[in-house]
Amino acid sequence: MTQQDKQLVPGGKAADRMLGPPIVMIEKVCKSFGENHVLRDVSLTVRQGEVVVICGRSGSGKSTLLRCIDQLETIDGGTIRAAGHLMGFRERNGKRQPLRDAEIAVQQRDLGMVFQNFNLFPHISVIENITLAPVRILKRKRAEVREEARELLKRVGLPDKENAYPRQLSGGQQQRVAIARALAMKPKVMLFDEPTSALDPEMISEVLDVMTGLSEQGMTMIVVTHEMGFARAAADRVILMHDGGIVEEAAPEKFFGNPESEHTRLFLSKILHH
Amino acid sequence: MNWSWDFFFAYLTNGLMLRGAWTTIWLSVISMIIGLGLGVVAAMMKMYGSRALRWIAEFYIWLFRGTPILIQLVIIYTGLPQLGIRLTVIESAIIGLALNEGAYLAEVIRSGIMSVDKGQTDASRAVGMTWRQRMWLVILPQATRTIIPPLGNQFNGMLKTTSLASVISMEELMRSAQMLAQIEFRVLESYTVAAVWYLVLVSIWGLIQMRIEAHYEKPFGPAAAVSPEARRDLEKALEKAGPA
Repeated sequence: MTQQDKQLVPGGKAADRMLGPPIVMIEKVCKSFGENHVLRDVSLTVRQGEVVVICGRSGSGKSTLLRCIDQLETIDGGTIRAAGHLMGFRERNGKRQPLRDAEIAVQQRDLGMVFQNFNLFPHISVIENITLAPVRILKRKRAEVREEARELLKRVGLPDKENAYPRQLSGGQQQRVAIARALAMKPKVMLFDEPTSALDPEMISEVLDVMTGLSEQGMTMIVVTHEMGFARAAADRVILMHDGGIVEEAAPEKFFGNPESEHTRLFLSKILHH
Repeated sequence: MNWSWDFFFAYLTNGLMLRGAWTTIWLSVISMIIGLGLGVVAAMMKMYGSRALRWIAEFYIWLFRGTPILIQLVIIYTGLPQLGIRLTVIESAIIGLALNEGAYLAEVIRSGIMSVDKGQTDASRAVGMTWRQRMWLVILPQATRTIIPPLGNQFNGMLKTTSLASVISMEELMRSAQMLAQIEFRVLESYTVAAVWYLVLVSIWGLIQMRIEAHYEKPFGPAAAVSPEARRDLEKALEKAGPA
């Protein structure tokens, strides 16, 4: 089903999707880089199967929030629970201890992340990009993982690209491989950090179609993007971040139709009139 | 003029020379491999180690880059016995050459690692790799591409630096030439043959290096390797941008 088809379904999105229990719980998270307070007491709960779109101006903290969830940045305060893990810490007798690198790595395996610049491994082929982590980290059987990787490549519409190197693919193709690579670890939550921002306009839809497909299959997704079409079509909730905090949090109809915050109105008027 | 082609050609395939050339080859390869290991460890210590480890690595690099390899070899072979450490000629030559090489390679490897895009660390952490896994599976293989050309250059140098081991009586090419020269006093012919052998070894290495570089460049291939789809996308984009 493409994005266009989906908009024809009345009441689409959350209405035809069953949401499960909370799977990402962010409480009062703070993060600063030196004097710069990038996140100020951010709290957010995402339920299983939910698609949350985060937007906001650059520097509003949205990418940092995503990177904190996946422990690519360490938080200065607050709590992040995701996929059953207390991210970055262990709790012992009510006290918190930071985890070691290898322990954080285990937590990260349950979250998938897609980056603005794809960040495929350029020295190995497409199929090796997808199988590397399951084979070398989860120690699964190579033949079995390869079979799954081929399935994933079909799912993202690149069945004939398994032996290509990343450099030989267009940006849109690379991003779809990056999605397949993340999915190969069977993550419980997928995080997208501006997945289409580095793409030429005509390649954006091929990536968004794959993401829409994922959301329809019940994947929990947190997506930082400026693609408001995607937000309308696929999101259960749209969030606006401003100055390191969440200023608007609403279903897409309300977010686009009748937002409460002045910031949202300003943001929408800027982004929709360009 | 007293140059003799007969001696020259005879020396070229003389058993002593051939054994010397072979020794030069394996001495270079073994010292290089050990030096590479030392270089990787020193680079890692310097980049990611605690303050003490960093200091040890810095000291090692400073010491071995700051003193002549000739003195290092002589100290290891003829000086250390004074402290009760007795090493054979072969052991001394390998240890000296490898320690010296490692100090140079540490810097080469460090710059190779630093040349890998930061996004690669993000991506490998995001799929749940530990530090060791991302180093081994993602960062070092990519650094290799940057490291190979200077590494090849270093090995070229190593093939010739082994000649210094002749002073501790390691029987490599240089020493073979010396011995030959003392037998029949054909000094010019002996050393010229040694020089020719060095040229041959270095040239063969040059060819091998080209192949290794090509292998590591393959994934990053030339523009000709762009897929038809990617090219079509590109053309479409250009068309769209079209007449401004």
